[in-house]
Amino acid sequence: MKDLRALAVEYAGLIVALAALVGIFSFSAPHFLSGETFATISNQVPSAVIAAAGMTFVLGVAEIDLSVGSVLGFASAVLGTLMARQLLGLAGSLAACLATGAVCGALSATIITRWRIPSFIVTLGMLEVARGCAHLVTGSQTQYVGSAVGALADTRLLGLSLPFLLAILVVVSGQTMLSRMAFGRHLLAVGANPEAARLSGVDPGRVKRIVFVLSGLLAAVGGAIDTSRFQAADPNAGMGFELEVIAAVVIGGTSLMGGRASVIGSFLGVLIIAVLGAGLAALGVRDETKRLVTGCVIVGAVILDQYRRR
Amino acid sequence: MRSLVQPRFHSALMGLVAGLMLCGCSQHEATEGERTPPGPAPASSTGISGIMQHSRPRVALVMKSLANEFFKTMQDGAEAHQKLHSSDYDLVANGIENETDVARQIALVEGMVAQHVDAIVLAPADSKALVPACAKALDAGIIVINIDNKLDSSALAEKRIQIPFVGPDNRKGARLAGAFLAKRLKPGDEVAILEGVPNAFNGIQRKLGFEDAAQAGHLRVVAAETGKWETREANRVAGSLIPQHPELKGFLCANDSMALGVVAALREANKVGVQVVGFDNIQAVQQLIRDGKILCTVDQHGDQIAVNGILAALAILGKKAIPADKETPVDLITAQTLK
Repeated sequence: MKDLRALAVEYAGLIVALAALVGIFSFSAPHFLSGETFATISNQVPSAVIAAAGMTFVLGVAEIDLSVGSVLGFASAVLGTLMARQLLGLAGSLAACLATGAVCGALSATIITRWRIPSFIVTLGMLEVARGCAHLVTGSQTQYVGSAVGALADTRLLGLSLPFLLAILVVVSGQTMLSRMAFGRHLLAVGANPEAARLSGVDPGRVKRIVFVLSGLLAAVGGAIDTSRFQAADPNAGMGFELEVIAAVVIGGTSLMGGRASVIGSFLGVLIIAVLGAGLAALGVRDETKRLVTGCVIVGAVILDQYRRR
Repeated sequence: MRSLVQPRFHSALMGLVAGLMLCGCSQHEATEGERTPPGPAPASSTGISGIMQHSRPRVALVMKSLANEFFKTMQDGAEAHQKLHSSDYDLVANGIENETDVARQIALVEGMVAQHVDAIVLAPADSKALVPACAKALDAGIIVINIDNKLDSSALAEKRIQIPFVGPDNRKGARLAGAFLAKRLKPGDEVAILEGVPNAFNGIQRKLGFEDAAQAGHLRVVAAETGKWETREANRVAGSLIPQHPELKGFLCANDSMALGVVAALREANKVGVQVVGFDNIQAVQQLIRDGKILCTVDQHGDQIAVNGILAALAILGKKAIPADKETPVDLITAQTLK
């Protein structure tokens, strides 16, 4: 109970912003405040929440991963193609999908730490490479799998979809790791000051490698979820997804400079962007207005957060 | 260590950028310097191609995003055709990575002019912005054929040029699909339109076609929003529209990728009895059409669009035809036609 109250205080700004958005849209769009709307949002956010958890760790060590959208697309392409061409069963295809993400992350991490090249450049390269691979694997054709892969997203426990429960699990375990476990402390220490962390016995390279592998792996989990929801793998899946994820994480109070990170904050950030998207679509506003408002809300939320921290 | 390596990397990057810029400049100068007056003189008698002396005409295909299955099919069709007719012409195919990368496509057209190809077959990423580049190509005596996305007629008029358009009528295709949906619904039923990216000509044409059909069938269009041609975005938009419009009976999607997203949104909302219409006839929707999850789509024979453009260019080059617009077929695809 005490923990819950502490959490509410810690994330007061974000919760208020989220409530305000829900309030505004409930007032202006007649059917917005309904179980259906929230069920829809809960179906849509899992891949972003899970990828955002990975991005939170990456920003926590003061690096960036621009490749998550393409890695999601590549992993989804692997899953979709293996299943559509009946090369492997669901379990085998899923394993290949997750391995794809982890390998992409490991590759970026190795290059970043071995040659000390900024992660911005390396993951920008990975963004292109993974997208190219997604097209290679699928032959640039959307792979239709059908209900064989749909089971994953259609499974429901306690009225919630499996992907949503998985997202909650990732948020809870990610936050626990960050704030309660040694690795989380090392991660933030590396982000705040790698030299000081090294002097106190933490290997910054190792921490970064783990973080990038996690980011790739979690992006692949997102890819698996989306493939299952759409029952198809589109080689262009996840285009621009990295920016959406980074925006959500920054709204959630994680610093781009490293050393400060919160997975729960990122979760709330994803929800804010999702509610905004759903609300604007329900209102039927024009695309240009949507983009304008979304941009302003991203920056506004961060400004608000700065004030609260003072 | 870090500070040692980074500047080196940085300077290498700068060198690369400078090199690219130099290449860009020299290419541009070549375009300007060797511009030949319009006329019957074959462009291949000057410059680089003069040395290489191509006996066969060289046709440049400048595509939109090859990341899009539709354009990939178009290019594959053209390449297959060229292989069969390799003695008739050479093909130089290029595309841009991103559907909206207009500047890159203009650079591609300029590059083809610099290489003195005989004809350019262009699927413009933007119906206005590509017009000046096409005018330069015409000035250089190159035949230009417009495919897929029609160049803006007022922009062409302003440059005092005419470029034949060879391609399908997207509006007509959308009208066919919309009419097929209207037959299944009652007058007054509510439908929603999922548009392509707002500035794409074919997206606009498809939306107009859907609206024509809705009007003719007395359907009420209660929402028209962009799904940006993408499954994920369309899923998000449809997911918001479904609770908002409980009486919705149909979704008219400007492409099949978006139709896939809508089908997922309907399944997630446990909504039945809502018809989905797509466009493009990609392979992924065919099973869904057979299963009745998608009502119909439109095939504009993407694999033939570029080929038709190339044939038109060759006919003009061989003086067998005068430049004129040519409409290519669009067909409605339903569970019936797929059997």
